[in-house]
Amino acid sequence: MNNVRTKKRANKKSLPFFIGDAFKVCFVIITISAILLIQTFSFDIVPPILNRGIQPATFPKALLVLIIVLTSVIYYLSTKKPWKLEKKLPKAFFITLFNFVLFVVVSKYIDFFLAISILSIFVSYYWGERRVLYLLLVSIIFPIIVFIFFETILGLRFPGGIITNLYYY
Amino acid sequence: MENLSLMMAPLFSSKLLLVLFFGTLFGLVLGVLPGLGPTTGGALILPFTMTLDPLSAVVLLTSIYCAGTYGGAITAILINTPGTPAAAATCLDGYPLAQKGEAGRALGMATVSSVAGGIFSVIVLVFFAPFLAKLAYEFGQPEYFALAIFGLTMLASIGDGSPIKNLVAGAFGILISTVGKDFMTSIDRFTYGINELSVGIGFIPVVVGLFAISEMLTQSTLLDQVFKRVALKAVKLPSLLDYKLTWKTILRSSGIGSFIGVLPAEGGTVASLIGYSEAKRWSKKPEDFGKGSIEGIAGAEAANNAATGGAMVPTLALGIPGSATTAVILTGLIIHGVRPGPDLFREQPEFLYGIFGSMLIANIMFFVLGFFGAKIFARITLVPNKLLWPMIFAVSVCGTYSLSQSLLDVWIMLSFGVIGFFMRRYGFSVVPVIIGLILGELVEGTLRQSLVIFDGNWFMFLTRPIALTFFILSLIALAFPLLRKKNK
Repeated sequence: MNNVRTKKRANKKSLPFFIGDAFKVCFVIITISAILLIQTFSFDIVPPILNRGIQPATFPKALLVLIIVLTSVIYYLSTKKPWKLEKKLPKAFFITLFNFVLFVVVSKYIDFFLAISILSIFVSYYWGERRVLYLLLVSIIFPIIVFIFFETILGLRFPGGIITNLYYY
Repeated sequence: MENLSLMMAPLFSSKLLLVLFFGTLFGLVLGVLPGLGPTTGGALILPFTMTLDPLSAVVLLTSIYCAGTYGGAITAILINTPGTPAAAATCLDGYPLAQKGEAGRALGMATVSSVAGGIFSVIVLVFFAPFLAKLAYEFGQPEYFALAIFGLTMLASIGDGSPIKNLVAGAFGILISTVGKDFMTSIDRFTYGINELSVGIGFIPVVVGLFAISEMLTQSTLLDQVFKRVALKAVKLPSLLDYKLTWKTILRSSGIGSFIGVLPAEGGTVASLIGYSEAKRWSKKPEDFGKGSIEGIAGAEAANNAATGGAMVPTLALGIPGSATTAVILTGLIIHGVRPGPDLFREQPEFLYGIFGSMLIANIMFFVLGFFGAKIFARITLVPNKLLWPMIFAVSVCGTYSLSQSLLDVWIMLSFGVIGFFMRRYGFSVVPVIIGLILGELVEGTLRQSLVIFDGNWFMFLTRPIALTFFILSLIALAFPLLRKKNK
């Protein structure tokens, strides 16, 4: 029993501090905040005659310092009471995330409607849908309904692209 | 008497009744579906409200809010998964009671106590909102700044998460509000030369991203999850004995829910947890809680629905959202050119009493729809996620694009979806971001205007009694969650 306990403690101690989730999360927040804080120093400064109260950069600066301080406190508290271990992210998550990137690329360079269709069919397929009729429903029929609805009711004009141009012209 | 007739006006307008019916129906569907809810639903439907007049638009949003809050109970009781976070406490006794073969009784009690809580809170809203609005006439810029700070410090006690994490999330929300041209000096902040960013980051892309898209990513990690659904024959009205057992609990929880709702930034989730624990504390049979206690269901459901009316009080009287969903409603009001605050009470009473009346009618409507349609709504949970979420994605993308017809908004939405997913994964609530974003402009604007009034002297804030009171309350709000944690 004692051996098991010692082993567990040894394992815990042998983990470098930067492996834990708390460190990674706090590090990312502090790094981004620090970069933004540096950027605030490049904001234009208003001459005293036009300055009302405080400079435009002061408020964001104060917020970023607050975020950095509070995040440091979060990290300090996590050393006292470690965060619970999160499960590893499954493949489906990364596929969905990749589909978001694909959506951005396709909607920017090819076609907005096509981007929605591609994302819908890929996500639905990778999440386990194999029936062709249902795949067609989510990737073509439903987006068409949504498109027409937004176009007619809200008078929305979607960005041009291979398919959207065919619809408009 | 005049106000009462203004309140009943929606009953005589076929258009408003239709909007109410659609909003209640849509709210119930959203409430039933885990992961969605009135906040996401409200954000998704905001673009469509542009085709409506301001009153119809707000009536649609408030009816979604009322019905969506109740809808969460159906899923909580039948599949042990809260449809909305506010229904989390309902699972504790609703599901065990359903497992005993009394799903109809559990749903009946949830419906009755939700309606009772909802109606109670509308009464509070009718009497308290004008009073608060009158009080707000005394407010200048320093008082509004102190009030906004109080609202932000209340974020610390949202949910059961870490108060410090909530504060970081709230500060992040305010930081987002600083993107764009500075409203006092027109100097660019965090715009990176992108023209579209000079008007700032829109509320809708952030809300849809943080709620809908992050939930889609969360669902992608739960594909192997199987829900066990309890069969439901029909919803039963509570028996006389049930009423005898629960009427005090319903009344107490309605009061608690309305009060919690009134507090800026708090909402149904906190209200239902407190309502539930108070029901247990006052019960003659506390040992039954967690095993299918009818009082537990009544306590949680009356409180979370009572918070709906309560949360509308600061939203309408002060322009400070009482919850995440009221932040969406506030955006709806602003989009339609309606500025909440004391002037609204003086200049457009018919508009306000129309909202009060429609909330009352929405409560009665979801009672009827919930009572007769719970079985059908429960079937909506059978729609597989692999079909549902791609569809929600299509609506989210088109809805976000529609507001300013900008692809940048869509990308912002996706980015916030990813941020929201990781925030939730590591215990940061996304609600403070929304509240921070809404209050950000108010905080900075009133601070800077106050400093102009005070000639840059920060200590002058302490010479204003109302502002000082709010600062003291803010300190209490910050200390309270820490003390609560220590007591635990």
